[in-house]
Parts: sequence; structure tokens; C-alpha cells
Amino acid sequence: MSDRIVFEDVSKFYGEVLGVNRISLSIPPGITTLVGPNGSGKTTLMNLMTGLVQPSSGRISVLGLDPGDATGFFRNVGYCTQFDSFPRGIVGWQFVLDSLMLHGMNKADAYKLTMEALDRAQLGDAAGRQIAGYSKGMRQKIRLAQAIAHHPRVLVLDEPLNGLDPVARAESLALFEELGREGMHLLISSHILDEVDRISDRVVLITGGYLIAEGNIHQVRQEVRDKPMQVLIRCDHPELLASKMFAINHCVEARLHADGRGVFLRTADIDQFYSLLNGIAVEGLVKIESVAPADDDANAIYQYLIGSDGSAS
Amino acid sequence: MMNAKAEAFKDDLAQQPWSLYLTQTRRLTVIELRRNLVSWRASWIYFLAFVPTLIIFIHLLFDSHPQSTMSDDSNVLAGIVQLYYIRLGIFFGCLGIFSRLIRGEMIERSLHFYLLAPVRREILLLSKFIAGSVSALLLFVTAIVADFVLMYAAYGPAGRAYILSATGLAQLEAYVAIAVLACLGYGAVFLLLSMMFRNPTPAAMLVLGWEAINPVMPSLLQKLSVASYLRHMMPVSIAGEGIFALLTVETEPVSGWVAALGLLMLTAVVLIYSCYRIRKLEIRYTTE
Repeated sequence: MSDRIVFEDVSKFYGEVLGVNRISLSIPPGITTLVGPNGSGKTTLMNLMTGLVQPSSGRISVLGLDPGDATGFFRNVGYCTQFDSFPRGIVGWQFVLDSLMLHGMNKADAYKLTMEALDRAQLGDAAGRQIAGYSKGMRQKIRLAQAIAHHPRVLVLDEPLNGLDPVARAESLALFEELGREGMHLLISSHILDEVDRISDRVVLITGGYLIAEGNIHQVRQEVRDKPMQVLIRCDHPELLASKMFAINHCVEARLHADGRGVFLRTADIDQFYSLLNGIAVEGLVKIESVAPADDDANAIYQYLIGSDGSAS
Repeated sequence: MMNAKAEAFKDDLAQQPWSLYLTQTRRLTVIELRRNLVSWRASWIYFLAFVPTLIIFIHLLFDSHPQSTMSDDSNVLAGIVQLYYIRLGIFFGCLGIFSRLIRGEMIERSLHFYLLAPVRREILLLSKFIAGSVSALLLFVTAIVADFVLMYAAYGPAGRAYILSATGLAQLEAYVAIAVLACLGYGAVFLLLSMMFRNPTPAAMLVLGWEAINPVMPSLLQKLSVASYLRHMMPVSIAGEGIFALLTVETEPVSGWVAALGLLMLTAVVLIYSCYRIRKLEIRYTTE
């Protein structure tokens, strides 16, 4: 069995409206974030992957499984959709239990897994209440519980942080990290890039139905050559360091950190930059405490490749 | 070549996890019954089923029933089944029950939960059909049996004797069979219509019109009608007058079992086509 999620030249048209166009991806295990503006095709990609919509052309397989074979496919895949609606008149635990029993489990096993999933999603006592009375955050949690209850190997999460308060967001992110560590394949779409960025192994950037870039965040950032990289250097004499770097390197921008104990430097040649920085450190004129890239996160990549208006640059 | 294909098909059938399918069907049916039968939204269907029962009960309480009018009441009961239940009660009841099974869930945006479960879509559709049929049968068969019993119970010991006589039981059996076949036939048609159209009601009205004019159609087209099969199974013939003559006209006589078989085959064909459609179904709630 393959361990990849594979899209082979997949296109989807809704009548004459483009959903996604000629997407080819091979996603390895780990946490992958789908990044793109509203209407970029993220949900279409997830729906295609799980068979909720059919591709106009191309082929999709998830761990070698075809979404058309529901019995085998959905034993291995869980999908927490963005659709904020539920079967009428149902209480939280019953919703999860019903879905597990469709796997053919007996009631005792299904009940055990239901309680485990509700516990992991931190739904607490609310599980015994009607879903119709849930807050948006609770509805998000019960959907998550339902998606993870059967221990899938692949978990697809469409905007899973929407509607969650900061504490619940942190709990959810911790859960995603834990699931990723357990070897699960996680595909997450989210607008809250700063938070998802911390746990993602890879990003897939998509806009207007087209794939813009994909891969490890740092690799993708390095491939964006027309945007000089920004580095934050913590040191005792940031002004001195800035003037030295300006003199000998292709620095294009320097900005002091708000606390005065560091400087953001933007350089067009990152390799030469690090080499010169080592030289300055050895000279001993400036005592360097730390060096860290300041713009190779999903947020920056999003801004550089897609832009704040959502159009790819 | 043909033999190889048949062998492959047989192998494929043998490899299917039938016990899993059975478990899933049972579970889906329970979920659907819980959702549909025990709901305020179904109250108008209860009304459709039991309004004749209520009227017959009021007659039972307030009217005198000389034994000489028993055959008249047999005609009245036949008229209620043929003109009310088949043409209106079961027709609209099944429209309400079966068109909600798939379309209702699309409108409520909850169908995707089932499509994301490890359940073959054909099993989902057939389970929903079974649940819809159980709901419709529980209501309409109960109502028709109650109508029959109340209609003759008014005649005291003579009525009770008739109910338990061979003639009476055969009549009841025929009405129950008609109700069962009507629910299955209309159910399958409305389930399909609800997958084909966002609002299946206009299409259902066309079906109603088609059923009304079907008796004057050529014999081949008469076979594409639920009511025409059921008409041949009526235990008591009623003479329609005026516009009702169109609804009661006897066409191309066929035996009861041929009519039943024909209707079951029509139901099966419609369900097979529905299974094909649900495999192609896409979830696009924004267009609902």
C-alpha cells in the first residue's frame, strides 16, 4: 500500500467555473497545510480527495485507495468538513456513535471509541447535549471527534480552527501535533497561518484553482528568490552590526527590533550573508546571541506568492 | 467471453462483505426511522393517513348502520382506497417521506456525513428506501386496516363476522397488498425524482397528471404507471361517474399477481437507476 496522497493532473470544473486546474501532488505522511485565499480551491481539493465531488479529469488516490470504494477508503480516512450542519435532533455522543456503528462495529466497541474521541476533542459534558444547542466552537469539536473516532490513517481538516477560542485553538493544534506524531497523515486548510505554521511539515499554496508552490516551508521560501530573505539577529550592538553588514553584503533593508536588542536584516544572498556574519562574530566586535530567519513561515510565503489581495504574484 | 464475465461477476458477488452490508442497512434504517417517523415534521403525513379513519370513526359513533347498507359501505371503502389513498394519501405521503430521504438531507446539509462513512452508496440508498418504506407502510397499512375494521365494526356482530370471514379477510388482504405496492412504487419514483430535481414537487405533479390520464394511453404506456397496476388488484370494483370515471376505468385486464409482479419490477428498475445516480452524486450544498 502506498503511503502517499496522490493527485495526478486533476481538474474540476463546476459547469464553466473552474474549481481546480491540473493539480499534480504527491503528499507524504506528516502535517501538510493547504494555504490559499477564499475561493482558491482548497475545499474543492479536499472534496475531490474524499469523493464528495468527482474530478472532471485526472486521478486521485489516497494511500493507494480510491474514494469510489467507500468501504475500504473511509476506514482509513476521516474528513472534518467545513459544513456547519448536522442531522436533526441528535445529541453529541450519539452523532459520533452512529457514525462508528456504520463501520460495522458492535455497540460496546463503538461506545468505547466514541468516549475516547470526545475526550480527545475536549468536548466534556457537552457530549450529552443536543448539537443544535452547541456553540460554533463546540460544533467544530464534535465534527473533529467524529472524524478521528475510527482512528483513520489520513485526517482531512477543512478550516478546523474556525470558531475556536484561543485556548481551544491551542488544544486543537496540540492534538493535531500529537496525531501527526502518531504517524497520521494530516491535511489541514486554515486561514490562521501563524498557528498552523508551527506544526506543519509542508505547505501547498493554491490560488484561483492553480497550484503555486508546494513543499517544506523553508525550501519553498528559499525558492522565492525575488524576495530577499529577512533574518533577525539578536546582539548587543545591533546598529554596529547593521552598518557592517550594509558595507560588505547585499543587504537591502535593516530595521531595529522594537526592544533595541536585535536587528532585522534583509539580504539577497543568504549564503554569503551567513558567511560574513560568522566573520563578524569571530572579530568579537558584536556579541551575537541568536540568529533566526524572520520570514520563512507560511504567512510570509503566502504574502510573497499570493499577496494580500489573493492574486498570485 | 460471456462465461468469463459471468464467472467474474459471481466471484465479485461472493467476495462482497454481505454481513457488513446487512449491519449497515440495519443501522441506517434505524437512524432514518428515528429522523423521519418520530418528528413533528411528519405530522401532516400522519394526518393524510388517518383522516379517513377519523371520518369513518365519527360515522361509527353518530350514524345508524342497518345491515342492508353494508354492501354500500364496501363500495365506499373501495372508493376510499382507490380514489383517496392511491391517488392522494399514499401519493402525497410518499412524496413527503421519500423526497426527504436524499434531497431533504441535501437541503439540511447533512448528507455528506453518510457519504463520508465506509458505506457503499448503493447500500445507503437502499437503506433509506427501506426506512422510507417502513415509515409509509406503518402509517398507511395501519390506517387502511383501521378503516376496514371501523367500517364493518359499525354493523355489530354481522360486521365482525364479515371481517373474520374469508371474503372479508381476502378484501383486507387485497387492500393491504395494494397499500404495500403503492408505497413501494411511489416511494421508488419519488426517491429518484428527488435526486434528479432540486424541487421534486412539480415533477410529482406531472406524475399525478400522468397517473390520471394513463388509462386512456396505449397499453405499452399503461405499464409505466403505479396506479394502473393497482387498479387491477382492487377486490371491489367501483363505478366512477363524471371526472372520476377517468380514475376508475378498467383497462386491459391482467391478473392480480401479474400486476403485483409488474409493479415490483417497475420499482426494481427505478431503484437500479437510482443506485446509478447516487454513485454520481456530488455534494455541492451551495447550489441547493
